[in-house]
Amino acid sequence: MATTIHCKSTMLRTAFAAIALAAAGSAGAIQSKYNLAPPVTAIARDIHWLHWMMLIICGVIFVAVFGVMFYSIWAHRKSKGAQPADFHESTKVEVVWTVIPFLIVIGMALPATKTVVAMKDTTNADLTIKVTGYQWKWGYDYLKGEGEGISFMSRLATPREQIEGRQAKGEHYLLEVDNELVVPVGKKVRVLTTAADVVHSWWIPAFGTKQDAIPGFIRDTWFRADKTGVYRGQCVELCGKEHGFMPIVVRVVSQEDYTKWVGEKKKQLAALADDPNRPWTLAELKARGEKVYAANCVACHQANGKGAPPAFPALDGSPLVLGPKEKQIDIVLNGVVKDGKPTAMAAFGKQLNDVEIAAVITFTRNNWGNQTGDAVQPAEVKALRK
Amino acid sequence: MSAVADHVHGHGHAHDHHGGYRGVMRWITTTNHKDIGTLYLWFSFVMFMVGGVMALVIRAELFSPGLQVVDPDFFNQMTTMHGLIMVFGAIMPAFVGFANWQIPMMIGAPDMAFARLNNWSFWLLPFAALLLILSFFVPGGAPGVGWTLYAPLTVQMGIGMDLTIFAIHILGMSSILGSINIITTILNMRAPGMTLMKMPLFCWTWLITAYLLVAAMPVLAGAVTMTLTDRHFGTTFFNAAGGGDPVLYQHIFWFFGHPEVYIIALPAFGVISQVIPAFSRKPLFGYASMVYATAAIAILSFIVWAHHMYTVGMPVTGQLFFMYATTLIAVPTGVKVFNWVATMWRGSLTFETPMLFAIGFLFLFTMGGFTGLVLSLVPIDIQLHDTYYVVAHFHYVMVAGALFAAFAGVYFWLPKWTGRMYDETLGKWHFWLSMIFFNITFFVQHFLGLAGMPRRIPDYPLMFETWNKISSIGAFGFGLSQLLFLYIVLKAIRSGEKAPEKPWEGADSLEWTHLPTPAPYHSFETAPVLK
Ligand SMILES: [Cu+2]
Repeated sequence: MATTIHCKSTMLRTAFAAIALAAAGSAGAIQSKYNLAPPVTAIARDIHWLHWMMLIICGVIFVAVFGVMFYSIWAHRKSKGAQPADFHESTKVEVVWTVIPFLIVIGMALPATKTVVAMKDTTNADLTIKVTGYQWKWGYDYLKGEGEGISFMSRLATPREQIEGRQAKGEHYLLEVDNELVVPVGKKVRVLTTAADVVHSWWIPAFGTKQDAIPGFIRDTWFRADKTGVYRGQCVELCGKEHGFMPIVVRVVSQEDYTKWVGEKKKQLAALADDPNRPWTLAELKARGEKVYAANCVACHQANGKGAPPAFPALDGSPLVLGPKEKQIDIVLNGVVKDGKPTAMAAFGKQLNDVEIAAVITFTRNNWGNQTGDAVQPAEVKALRK
Repeated sequence: MSAVADHVHGHGHAHDHHGGYRGVMRWITTTNHKDIGTLYLWFSFVMFMVGGVMALVIRAELFSPGLQVVDPDFFNQMTTMHGLIMVFGAIMPAFVGFANWQIPMMIGAPDMAFARLNNWSFWLLPFAALLLILSFFVPGGAPGVGWTLYAPLTVQMGIGMDLTIFAIHILGMSSILGSINIITTILNMRAPGMTLMKMPLFCWTWLITAYLLVAAMPVLAGAVTMTLTDRHFGTTFFNAAGGGDPVLYQHIFWFFGHPEVYIIALPAFGVISQVIPAFSRKPLFGYASMVYATAAIAILSFIVWAHHMYTVGMPVTGQLFFMYATTLIAVPTGVKVFNWVATMWRGSLTFETPMLFAIGFLFLFTMGGFTGLVLSLVPIDIQLHDTYYVVAHFHYVMVAGALFAAFAGVYFWLPKWTGRMYDETLGKWHFWLSMIFFNITFFVQHFLGLAGMPRRIPDYPLMFETWNKISSIGAFGFGLSQLLFLYIVLKAIRSGEKAPEKPWEGADSLEWTHLPTPAPYHSFETAPVLK
């Protein structure tokens, strides 16, 4: 029994795949403008053929039903002298067109069932990565498997100038990030999703993998990419102002390249671990702070520091930025909480280290019209962490 | 309701039995089902224009990649308010307007059961609309969270969110009061001999819709109230840090949200079920199975809500249950489509504007039904969830479905309501322009979704540019075509040809057979005699 079903479904698959290929032929194997992204996982391939199956079955029924209707429009028009018949029910016919669609829809759902079960099976993963959605970037933590301990943030790399039309748009406009997620080819990757603020959703179309990232909860999904390459997607759950600007890029590499990447990344992360205990110069802090600002603050507070009041206050000339350091450090560390609720000013304490926070505060206090001359030391930030 | 109307009124409004009020006060104090129906219909048209302008702002921004017209914050406010206004301000009140005008006339009653309540149900609406619009002018602006108002993003919003929540409370109250009125009218005020199974199908679909409203609207009110207390009173229904769950909000919202789809669709089915037989000159095929199918759809609509949430990470059994339950809805919906086609089969068809819109409805709504079936399968939905494919799908259901049905209804009943004919040539123009521009706007959005464009984004990768341009052009064409509709209606009211007593040869419900044209101010002072 099981084998016959399997045989049938294989035959069906072949038939649908042939039609799919024929239809996709003209579009080529690159990103289609008409159809689903070319699949690179077994799940995505299943989705692809399920979609073709549905399209063809629905198309056939549609043509049949509306063939009848248009025939009627053509043949039974009053202007051609059609006299109305007087039938208005037929139990037999009505039972038939209730039972047959019932069987058809069950027949559609059955092949999908296997895929649903497969999509949910996150056991025996080679690599486990936690994905955290932030407003508006992604955090990746390699939790288990080769590369364990690697952890970084991934933000939109498209410059603001391109978005605002002051510069020509690049090939991967809005689909490029500063730090790509790197995974080995052919390995089962379990993705744990969660979020720090609101619901986000992590999606790579070519993998057929989409999972909401829910604050306070962990959900999981998985993929096993069987072709090396760079695969791009976007956040697909409305998460506020910059929802359209938090892409996801996954680079699938060979096992050797992956091992190499893990080695390099670990070295790089070690070097990056800033030393908060040594004193930093004003110039060092300002240079570093400018980068931190561009990556974390510019979307709301703007490059000119004027913000977009009232939701996103100006920093240029802000009494808070020009006031005592401790207050500003506290706000960057812990965010702004109004009436017991977090606001758009998130707590950066967990996302940025002491050096980054000290640097960005120094930058805001010594940029635009603000010329306090203060250098906020990483040690001061460290001291104020709760 | 003092004086008795014993003569047939013209369409002019110089009556002397509106409690003595004239001008604006007449409309504010009216308890007449026809006046109130008219108010609902005009209100919904105004909201349709407001929501339409918002849609055009969205499409203008999406004409090209990059940020040109609005900033992302305002863009989010536009998508949110466009959705809320179209669903709650335009489509729902339009069909309540039809219910007010038609139900008493169709069942042989003098008016709605609760005439004063009826007045109040309507006059709640402008205040709700005002609150929604007002939210644009408070600090922080209108909420930019999508019409689904998902937590916890709602907690980050400004006071505009609270105004929206109160607006939804008021809209819900209005809907519930209206529904109670409709249920009471249909169950108690039918003319002798008008058994339930003899009622025009439009009354049946509204009876069932009214029950859906009474069951679903309080759930929405609960969801937004919990949002309100999470925002201001320290509760944590949707906040994990206090033991709550953001996904709980989605469950509650969609428990309302899925029946809401049928709250919009069923009255549309009702209108279509009146129009198609009239222009086929043949009774509706399978009347009884239409009634059963409507009831089946209504019941099923309460057990499929989580098919809007396949990506939140439900257990596999949950996903399978909701997938199979959802595919089942295709069965009664299919029965309806087959019955409509069978009604046309071997009829004597003519194609005046109402029939054109009904056929347009049938054709495009069925497409929306099929894409719904595609989306019912969990694996495909996970791929397409929150993409433009879904946007295309529900606009086929809401615009080509509900809106086209409303147009069919207006053209169909306008002669009965006003005693004037609309301009048939212009009506046909309106249909064809709407049909063509609708498809230019929304058909290509299927491609966008399949190719991976998320919904609710103000800017997009370059590969989506072509379809977005086409869609935006279509949207402006569609929007402008609706000004033609306004012109046609105004022209009919002001200077339309006088309508014959029975403008549609095949129409056979009571308002056509037992009432003069235009219909008198009070429908049936004495109950009609039915065989
Ligand atoms: Cu996001």
